[in-house]
Amino acid sequence: MHEQVISAEGLRKVFIARGASAGDGKIVAVDDISFMVSDGGSLAIVGESGSGKTTVARMLVGLTRPTAGRIVIAGQDRTKPCKRSSKRQARGRDIQIVFQDPYSSLDPRQTAAQSIEEVLKLHFSLSRADRADRVQRLAGQVGLDERQVGARPRALSGGQRQRVAIARALAAEPKALVLDESVASLDVSIQAQILNLLADIREQTRISYVFISHDLAVVRQVADHVLVMQHGRAVESGSTEQILGSPEHPYTKLLRSSVPGRGWKPARRNARQA
Amino acid sequence: MSSRTGEPPVDSNVSAARATGSVPLLELRDLRLDLPVNGELKRVLHDVSLEVFPGEAFGLVGESGSGKSLTARSIARLLPRGAVSSGEIRFDGESVMDLSGSALRRHRIGAVSMIFQDPRAHTNPVRSIGDFLTEVLVKELGVPASEARRRAVQTLGEVGIADGERRLRQYPHELSGGMLQRVMIACALLAEPRLILADEPTTALDVITQSEVIAILDELRRERGLALLFITHDLELAAAVCDRSAVMYAGSIVELQTSQQLNNEPLHPYSAALMAARPSVDVTSRRLAAISGRPLSAFETPFGCAFAGRCPHRQPRCVETAQELRAVAGGLVRCCRAEELRGLLTVGEEAEVQTRA
Ligand SMILES: Nc1ncnc2c1ncn2[C@@H]1O[C@H](COP(=O)(O)OP(=O)(O)OP(=O)(O)O)[C@@H](O)[C@H]1O
Ligand SMILES: Nc1ncnc2c1ncn2[C@@H]1O[C@H](COP(=O)(O)OP(=O)(O)OP(=O)(O)O)[C@@H](O)[C@H]1O
Ligand SMILES: [Mg+2]
Ligand SMILES: [Mg+2]
Repeated sequence: MHEQVISAEGLRKVFIARGASAGDGKIVAVDDISFMVSDGGSLAIVGESGSGKTTVARMLVGLTRPTAGRIVIAGQDRTKPCKRSSKRQARGRDIQIVFQDPYSSLDPRQTAAQSIEEVLKLHFSLSRADRADRVQRLAGQVGLDERQVGARPRALSGGQRQRVAIARALAAEPKALVLDESVASLDVSIQAQILNLLADIREQTRISYVFISHDLAVVRQVADHVLVMQHGRAVESGSTEQILGSPEHPYTKLLRSSVPGRGWKPARRNARQA
Repeated sequence: MSSRTGEPPVDSNVSAARATGSVPLLELRDLRLDLPVNGELKRVLHDVSLEVFPGEAFGLVGESGSGKSLTARSIARLLPRGAVSSGEIRFDGESVMDLSGSALRRHRIGAVSMIFQDPRAHTNPVRSIGDFLTEVLVKELGVPASEARRRAVQTLGEVGIADGERRLRQYPHELSGGMLQRVMIACALLAEPRLILADEPTTALDVITQSEVIAILDELRRERGLALLFITHDLELAAAVCDRSAVMYAGSIVELQTSQQLNNEPLHPYSAALMAARPSVDVTSRRLAAISGRPLSAFETPFGCAFAGRCPHRQPRCVETAQELRAVAGGLVRCCRAEELRGLLTVGEEAEVQTRA
């Protein structure tokens, strides 16, 4: 039996723009988005830059409060961000996120090891030695060596930081994991290692993924279902095979045909519309 | 075909740009870089040499942590504190290694612009997008403020941000990842540099917007002879955008080729293994072919070949002899077995494709 781990219903987010005069000051970032992810399921959200993907992700983990709609995660209503820290902690075991820009989400004063250890301390009661073991194992799984584990974010490359953030999220052993453009700064071999790891964890623990990515080849590899967003709305959704194999919406078609490859020709915006 | 003395003898492919008789805009010769780690200097770049010609797009691909960003930062002279570098970096024939003060400022404004890998870490959260985009124009280039804002809005429009006026009043956290990346790109374009150091400039962009941004860069290359050092993990994109590409591994260039050739027939076993690890947009593979073994930091590299420990084609001589960048089949490669391995490196990949479901 498959249980729904994530259920999002009619999500909407309106931002009030700074310094704007009345009327033009509202940005509808997310407009009536609904989806479900079952245990062991993996949903990819793809679409235009600025179409509201990160905003959806932030609402799922309780960092942004929806203007309307409902979010249920692992049976709990999680529509509102939680204020009490005990609640926030419980939520951390249910759902974790790897942010699009790891630099600003990692504490600049913490070494990679400290930042992974912090998550372990928060969620598990482990002996110091067991914790250290666990940190080593997680670091190894994402391909970080001893020096890198002892380094602060400043002294790491973009892809190394991204892997620290992934190890940190995995450390909580959540029921669901949101990955926002989280393998984009990795070379394809390390990316392959991480994608294989995510697949293994999914097989072993039936974790659910919400995978935001601009890379459709990666989407093909990790997701069962795909939701395509443009201007805050869902323009198309379906099985990965269906969306990538025979897209129907004109936007999805254009997206599919814009993937670099043989015969790819970059085109200016105006040229395309003309 | 003209070839200056002191250069490795290479044939037509790699020196295509040279054949036009133009001189390189950017020249790196044996660039080394050491950074302090726990009070000790550690090597992060080993003898990196490359040239970028006016109007050329040069790709830099390779392992995460191999030194791509630090190579770009060396060129802009934006290095971490305590960095020690040696070798030569020439821009338009002049050394930039010892630039300082106003000469360095000029270098960073009119000569090279950098598009940083992590835009959020390189914008100030309490300064508006408008200030960020117009600062250099107004303060350094003497453009009137209103004119600077007009240009900023126009350039934002070109990179697909239509409501530029409003965006100028916003702050970085109010923009999506890809919008902020495009603000970075717009900022680099506004300074009208001769070389753009683009460090994974399109990772946060959907493929349609990416194609638009690349089209603008292509146009500037054709019209103004803009040169591009293009760092990316997208090997298809590198092949489509760049004339030539270098592959980096553990702080060194292990291969330098025309991008087409690199894509079709990589010469170095690392390059070939990298190509084989790509996921496909058309077929799901049961398991992706990650390179086995652990990545190596530049300072840990043993004598001989840095990739030997993970290479399926390793032989004793790979670690017994120093591996130089040599001319092979129109490219440059740092592998003593390159000739004998020609044509064999991509076989495994094809076999894998056939077994895919
Ligand atoms: N805090 C905020 N205040 C005002 N507007 C915001 C805020 N956060 C996001 N927005 C706006 O909401 C829209 C959607 O942004 P979001 O970050 O969700 O896009 P995205 O799909 O993740 O894009 P990308 O692929 O570029 O990361 C954008 O127009 C953005 O400017
Ligand atoms: N300030 C620093 N101090 C010490 N080491 C550093 C510093 N910055 C980077 N490094 C190390 O130098 C190496 C090269 O880093 P660089 O950022 O150039 O890698 P990269 O090729 O751009 O990788 P990525 O593709 O992950 O962005 C990495 O192993 C990194 O950990
Ligand atoms: Mg986003
Ligand atoms: Mg980098």
